[in-house]
Amino acid sequence: MSPTKMIQIITKRELSVYLGSPVAYVFLIAFLLLSGILTFTLGNFFERNEASLGIFFNWMPWLLLFLVPAIGMRLWSEEKRLGTIEFLLTLPITPLQAILGKFIASWIFLIVVILGSFPMVITVNLLGSPDNGVILAGYIGCFFLAGTYLAIVCLASALTKNQVIAFIVSVMVCLLLNLIGFSPITDLLSRWLSPPMIEGIANFSVLSHFDGFQRGILDSRDVIYFVSVIACSLYINNLVIKNTRAG
Amino acid sequence: MIKVENLYKSFQGKTVLHDISFDVQKGEVLGFLGPNGAGKSTTMRIITGFLEPDAGQVSICGQDVAQSPVEAKRYIGYLAESAATYQDMRVQSFLNFAAQIRGLIGVAKSTAIDRVIDLCHLEPVLHQPIENLSKGFRQRVGLAQALVHDPDVLILDEPTDGLDPNQKYEVRGLIARIAQSKAIVFSTHILEEVENVCSRAIVINEGRIVANGTPDSFKAQTSSGRLDDFFRNITRSIKEPKTLN
Repeated sequence: MSPTKMIQIITKRELSVYLGSPVAYVFLIAFLLLSGILTFTLGNFFERNEASLGIFFNWMPWLLLFLVPAIGMRLWSEEKRLGTIEFLLTLPITPLQAILGKFIASWIFLIVVILGSFPMVITVNLLGSPDNGVILAGYIGCFFLAGTYLAIVCLASALTKNQVIAFIVSVMVCLLLNLIGFSPITDLLSRWLSPPMIEGIANFSVLSHFDGFQRGILDSRDVIYFVSVIACSLYINNLVIKNTRAG
Repeated sequence: MIKVENLYKSFQGKTVLHDISFDVQKGEVLGFLGPNGAGKSTTMRIITGFLEPDAGQVSICGQDVAQSPVEAKRYIGYLAESAATYQDMRVQSFLNFAAQIRGLIGVAKSTAIDRVIDLCHLEPVLHQPIENLSKGFRQRVGLAQALVHDPDVLILDEPTDGLDPNQKYEVRGLIARIAQSKAIVFSTHILEEVENVCSRAIVINEGRIVANGTPDSFKAQTSSGRLDDFFRNITRSIKEPKTLN
């Protein structure tokens, strides 16, 4: 059977786990509630008098920072803790197929959850005439952002049997990727570092690359950044799983 | 069908397998015996490709496990010591997943699933989540997934562990029924099982093979003619304490 078919079978199984567990629904509700509160209450959506979802997308890197690790922390930790990793890795598949299957399933789930916020798109369209192209770009940015966080969580989860450790480590790493491009932090760093250095550091931040999507610009450099972080994390994930096999 | 050559494995500097070699032919049920920590599970994990050996080779039906792991694993059905299965899945969907990932589709898949449901008597629990099942049923679900693709090679790590006497009897019967067409490696602590089920046995102690032969040939080496005396004699690494007067 083709490798794609194998990945598809793993993806299907992982998706069925999400759909069959209450965690998925709790997660969906938490995401919608929090994104709603952050946008409409804390974000002063109505006072701004703008027909755009800018404020919603502004919160996304911070909201997903906690929610994506909550969804992904179990991916490998649970397999290790329950011993099912032995079953999984003795099936006629490569570790990479298992990694991709798990990653794709969780990514699809996250995309569906993010798309659950579509009533907001309808709301701004009813209240005014927003640039839907910018909104679409914002959503694409969110998908990449979620995928990037997820790849980091997959890696953290492969490193430990303990889901709490996987959660904390991935939140820390994702937070770091946020903070190095967060203006209060870069302003602070500018006291000690030269502007080119700050710019160099900020280039590694998810915020700098998400910014373009928020403004409706699909820049290939931003896409390459997100795809590279995902590929890199999954590659290391593969090495970690292979290393498990070396004992 | 199974060829194991000069396996060495150590964990954190401690050698757990030392020059393990054996082979298993079609129709043979090889009993794998040894005290706890002797290296039985490690050997089985290497055969199934879950662990990599430090040195040595394993080939399954002519496929080298290190060189072509996916091809070699297609021939194997494996029940791990923990019999770990996805607890959140229902028996039917778990078997469906196990069959699909082994390349079964359509009618062949449903026939194969029906066959193992029947073989392992899983009908009453088919729609239950695995986490709600008793240890005996979980073990049988593990066995069913290992058998679903009708593999040429079966590796069973303590398949009767935790089962009640009736279930043990059933599993032994099952192994005996399917043995003709397969090469089976079967680890156990229960010497009676070796006598009943295995055509040959290997005793492993502290990572080395200390005996390889038929259960009868082992018994012939003791004055009592009992398998447990033979086992104790060759695996006892520490001297028995002197009797206190």
